[in-house]
Amino acid sequence: MKKNRNYSLIIGLVITGIMLALALTALFWTPYSTTGMSLTLKFAPPSWAHPFGCDNYGRDILSRVMQGIGTTFLVSASTVIFGMIVGSVIGFFAGYFGGWFDEVIMRINDVLNAFPSILLALVFVSFLGSGLMNIILALGILFIPSFARIARSEMLRLKGLQFVQSARLSKAGTCRIIFAHIMPNAYIGILASAAVGFNNAVIAEAGLSFLGLGVQPPNASLGRMIDEAGSFLMQAPWYAIFPGVTIIILVLGVALISDGVNRMD
Amino acid sequence: MKHFVTFWLVIAIVTAAALTVYGGTSTDNEASDSVVVGISQDIDSLDPHNADYAGTREVLFNLFEGLVKATSDGNIEPAVAQSYEVAEDASSISFTIREGITFHDGTPVTAEDIQYSLERYAQIQGSESAFADFKELEIAEDGTVTVILNEPNTEFIYELTCAILPKANEENINSAPIGTGPFKFVSFKPGESLVVEKYENYWKEGFPYLDQVTFKVETDVDAAINQLNAGTLDIYQYLTADQAATLNDHFNILEGSVNYVQGMFLNNAVKPFDDVRVRQAVYYAVDRDLINEFLFAGKSHIIGTNMIPAAEFYYNADTETTYTHDPQKAKELLAEAGYPDGFEFTITVPNNYAPHEGTAQIIAESLAEVGIKANINLVEFNTWYSDAYVDRNYEATVVAVDGKLAPNSWFAKNISTAPNNFTNYSNPEFDEVYEKALAEIDLDQKAVYYKQLQQILADDAASIYVQDPANLVAVNADLEGYVFYPISAQDMSVVKFID
Repeated sequence: MKKNRNYSLIIGLVITGIMLALALTALFWTPYSTTGMSLTLKFAPPSWAHPFGCDNYGRDILSRVMQGIGTTFLVSASTVIFGMIVGSVIGFFAGYFGGWFDEVIMRINDVLNAFPSILLALVFVSFLGSGLMNIILALGILFIPSFARIARSEMLRLKGLQFVQSARLSKAGTCRIIFAHIMPNAYIGILASAAVGFNNAVIAEAGLSFLGLGVQPPNASLGRMIDEAGSFLMQAPWYAIFPGVTIIILVLGVALISDGVNRMD
Repeated sequence: MKHFVTFWLVIAIVTAAALTVYGGTSTDNEASDSVVVGISQDIDSLDPHNADYAGTREVLFNLFEGLVKATSDGNIEPAVAQSYEVAEDASSISFTIREGITFHDGTPVTAEDIQYSLERYAQIQGSESAFADFKELEIAEDGTVTVILNEPNTEFIYELTCAILPKANEENINSAPIGTGPFKFVSFKPGESLVVEKYENYWKEGFPYLDQVTFKVETDVDAAINQLNAGTLDIYQYLTADQAATLNDHFNILEGSVNYVQGMFLNNAVKPFDDVRVRQAVYYAVDRDLINEFLFAGKSHIIGTNMIPAAEFYYNADTETTYTHDPQKAKELLAEAGYPDGFEFTITVPNNYAPHEGTAQIIAESLAEVGIKANINLVEFNTWYSDAYVDRNYEATVVAVDGKLAPNSWFAKNISTAPNNFTNYSNPEFDEVYEKALAEIDLDQKAVYYKQLQQILADDAASIYVQDPANLVAVNADLEGYVFYPISAQDMSVVKFID
């Protein structure tokens, strides 16, 4: 019997592990200060001393990327987890009970979906005020509809199947059926969309930071760095390239994990 | 099948024809001389008497005029009036209305319109403003009008740059404003654009050159730079040296001065900034030259008080060196004030002008050296305006303030009772000298008082005045004639295409 190694999962875990390790290290140590400015190092190109070069204030880009990974990871992961948990629960219940309850929930969902997401986030943030926690909350709410929809369709697919009927006949409670019988069979589909959601969250966080509502300067987030670097693409391409490549790797890692989870049987 | 082929043939021919026609019209457009000016701030009101934002006044300069109007060298020239005469005791000014001058709708400007406009402006400005000296307008039989003042004021002539509006248009002032300026209103979409076109009967012969000007709101500088490079914007102001360097060679970069006092304004009413020693400590800790170097390649003018160097006659250059970058001194002052370990506060920064954010970041970094932790809170400009400027709910804010031609306009907002005293600055000595300056008729003595006011602001470290930023303007190389004004104005009437 030939055993197929799940390479996607392994590589994904390694990449994400390295990224997390970098972010954790940045909490205690970075090669240079993340805010230290220097006129002589303004737009310094990559060198041995500053492998990623320096930005428009002469700050070390590597140090800021390390800090940025942490911020971006924290915001995106929290957002997706929040959206996933709340969205799934809503979707499961809507799908399980059906009828008017389903209608009401899904129409509210539609309304939420119909708004441009950034506009909606702006509304939330103007009510809650800016700051890391509020950004997570605002983005998290935005991610609820997509997860609710997926959870609901999984529920509709599974609830007619025989093992659910059997559970129901053996007088299992609603919650028991949903969480003990259906969820273990539905989570793979939801996890797969979590990876897509994570990528969207990275972009949304960058957008909010850019509007002055996300991470506040001088704190770094990868999205914010790219936004700032946009003005200096010709003079200092490394300013945009390194945070950009880091985002790609970060997203790739998560995508590989989700792919790997999909292949697990 | 045959029908199908015919169908696509027809589509192809129609498309090609449409493209040709479209291409044809776009060349025609170029011939009719229209220009798109990118503006970095939305327009807050089309009513010139109610426009608060400097960015709005800059644009409305093209639509409205007062009895007199500003010139680019900081002087004034007659506009709606043909000539004027200030009484010897400076208690009244009489004007002869320009012969044949008409509003954009073709109706002549009457003395009643002038009376209506001045009274309306006085009411909107309120009793604490520089316009409060206006008492009444006397209309003589021969058509001359005389502005009577409550008390002598040699600077009041500068206030009469306020717009003259037709009384008949009161209802539509916010939707279809009418003035006497070189351009007339066509359309306005809030947050998008203001379109104006040439007023054929403008009193100044030969002006304006352009047929149409679109002021397009583009608050995102990066987007503006892309549009400049793509050719959809012709003019854009307030670029930094780094930004200007990314433009293609179809632009001339003109170097002027923004004529704003940019700095970190402190709320003098909140702790710890209610203590003058703390404010001074902050001033010593901030390295203004570093800000200038980082953001403007050293091209800005470092200042130390609430006045622009362009107002040469009244400007007190000594204040530039009242504070130097001296972290040691800052620490001593902090210890004296009871903050040996520093303190923490938040700088509120509007996100409409990138150098403000940069300034805040550099200030935060310099303050960290003396143990003060400054957090930055970047907000949307409208939020800043309502929370920080109107409600005065902030600790410190990096912005720029502007003034008008009258020197008192730079100091009026520091009067303790001024409605726009957003820094809550209060110093009886300042109020007293200000009154003297305003009443003084002798210009040299007036300058002495104004210089004294500037020194008081500097000594009190009322706010951390940083610089009059360099204003780099990108202008389409096909255009000529763009000039800088010492007030908020982008005069499009003198801009023309090179033949």
